[in-house]
Amino acid sequence: MSGPAPKSGLRKGTERFLRAIGFSGRGLVIAVPTLWLLVFFLIPFLVVLKISVAEPMIARPPYSPLFVHGPDGWSLKYTFDNYAYLWQDSLYIKAYWSSVKIAFVSTVLTLMIGYPMAYYIARSEEPKRSLLLLLVVLPFWTSFLLRVYAWIGILKNKGLLNAVLMKIGIIDQPLVIMQTDIAVYIGIVYTYLPFMILPLYANLVKLDGSLLEASADLGARPLTTFLKITLPLSLPGILAGSMLVFIPAIGEFVIPALLGGPDTLMIGKVLWSEFFNNRDWPVASAVAIAMLVLLVIPVMLLRLANTKQEDLI
Amino acid sequence: MKKTLMMAAIATVSATTVMAEEEPVLNVYNWSDYIAEDTLAKFEEATGIKVNYDVYDSNEVLEAKMLTGNSGYDVVVPTSDFLQRQIAAGAYQPLDKSLLPNLANMDPDLMAGAAVYDPGNTYATIYMWGTTGIGYNVGDVAERLGEDYTVDSWSIIFDPEIVSKLSDCGVTMLDAPTEMIPAAMNYLGLDPRSTKPEDIEAGAALLEKVRPYIKYFHSSQYINDLANGDVCVSVGWSGDVFQAQARAEEADNGVEIGYVIPKEGALQWFDMMAIPADAPHPENAHKFINFIMDAQITADITNYVWYANANKASMPLVDVEITEDPGIFPTPEAKKRLWASVVYDARTDRLMTRAWTRIKTGQ
Repeated sequence: MSGPAPKSGLRKGTERFLRAIGFSGRGLVIAVPTLWLLVFFLIPFLVVLKISVAEPMIARPPYSPLFVHGPDGWSLKYTFDNYAYLWQDSLYIKAYWSSVKIAFVSTVLTLMIGYPMAYYIARSEEPKRSLLLLLVVLPFWTSFLLRVYAWIGILKNKGLLNAVLMKIGIIDQPLVIMQTDIAVYIGIVYTYLPFMILPLYANLVKLDGSLLEASADLGARPLTTFLKITLPLSLPGILAGSMLVFIPAIGEFVIPALLGGPDTLMIGKVLWSEFFNNRDWPVASAVAIAMLVLLVIPVMLLRLANTKQEDLI
Repeated sequence: MKKTLMMAAIATVSATTVMAEEEPVLNVYNWSDYIAEDTLAKFEEATGIKVNYDVYDSNEVLEAKMLTGNSGYDVVVPTSDFLQRQIAAGAYQPLDKSLLPNLANMDPDLMAGAAVYDPGNTYATIYMWGTTGIGYNVGDVAERLGEDYTVDSWSIIFDPEIVSKLSDCGVTMLDAPTEMIPAAMNYLGLDPRSTKPEDIEAGAALLEKVRPYIKYFHSSQYINDLANGDVCVSVGWSGDVFQAQARAEEADNGVEIGYVIPKEGALQWFDMMAIPADAPHPENAHKFINFIMDAQITADITNYVWYANANKASMPLVDVEITEDPGIFPTPEAKKRLWASVVYDARTDRLMTRAWTRIKTGQ
């Protein structure tokens, strides 16, 4: 360990250097996330974009290069055939729709389950509240993959759920849940529930109790108070939670691959089969880019909704 | 401590400047459940080379890594038809046969079979081979099709009338279009190695017809599921079905598993040991491949995984119940009806995989 003196000297030097090249402290604060986005989002994105305009070939890597050195120097070689292909084959559009549908239904289910839970936690007194919050976060301590595998053990034909239901005599034939869309919904709702609860909780816990009292004093029933006060005020939490569930759920691969059936059509699985079964990296990349473009739209809508909300307040 | 650091530094320098001894490490990427329990320990003991052993369950996953390059693996085990394409892509380096004296142990006929994909056996040698046939739960099938029904035909999968009676106990297929579609073509009396679009479409149409009765398409899940009684009929790889059989016996759960090479014939495949072009430890890789081709070592693996090997010298060391099992070492008559896989051109390949997506998803 070196002493503090050289460190602060170094820091001063760095500051002087940064100021010399026109960097303010504020710029520095923005620089870190900018750099992060550049390295972990923009560059990978450009790589995928590049592959998506290439042609597949038997080579290593299995696609044509973007820059070709010909007799008259370097030239660009690209094609939009892969994007055209996504339109020609109805599989991709159907897969996008099916993903959006599954993600949407899962989001609604997650919201319906998550909202009362978040509400209850926000209304609880300490130390119960902390304990409940801890319980929400606790599953993260186990690997996501293991938890999905655990669901296989619960849902399969000779699994825990069927064994229990048959033992107590509710059913006499095992329920077929594994390898169906229902299992996918269960998996997504289970996995993403904390992402719905936490932003909702953060929002609901800030709710001013005096507003509710005022509403009650003015004769509103609890339901009216909820619909007219609590729900509108918690809208940003609902939106944030929904986006946190909806966006990753669209591109989900692990859950439909492990719990879903072969006919569970989701874009993540289509992407996988383009990449691995078909060895068609360019089409797989085009699928990924198209998905990204589709996902940008809900994010933009969210931003728009948020700005409107702020304008209202 | 300092001394070791110094030594390490010197070692690194000499390794980079002079062609020195490779570090005693080997990275192997093999199929899951595909090696005897003590093979790696024995290799480490014999050579002092530490083995990092990773597994995969589909050729596609391996292929993606090979085509990306820089996988870091020294020995990989692709199936013959995948090997051929990956060789064409420049993914492998030729074997240095002077480092592989145990090649003399190999069965020349089977090596000639593998040479169809890799002329002159330049890039690879056979690890194990097998067939793609039918694994089934003896009790469940008898319960649904009658005690005297003999499972000996692809009709148990491809005849809607028969397979529909089994769908409630679980029928599964490999997630491998180049194995399933030719099997369907063969059942229809077409040449399973045909690349004519209309033949492929006919095979795909048959698969679509039985699709409603198929529980899932997966290339390794069925091992456990057969063993636990969660599924009852699986198109599967010979040794994997035998592993399911062994696991069921071990668990003593009353599940009895059978494997059959259907009378109409089946696909014969070879899993090949090869060294990636950019393998970091090619010398150790040769040592490993040679070690595996040792008669005793190969016999141990076959005795454990129940896959046939191509090692003539090991045969006396393999358990008699394995060498005499026609599901593992087919009879000469059954051998005549085995077919080899085809390497398809890009267009046929896409036709095949697109048909496969349509079969699986109904889209």
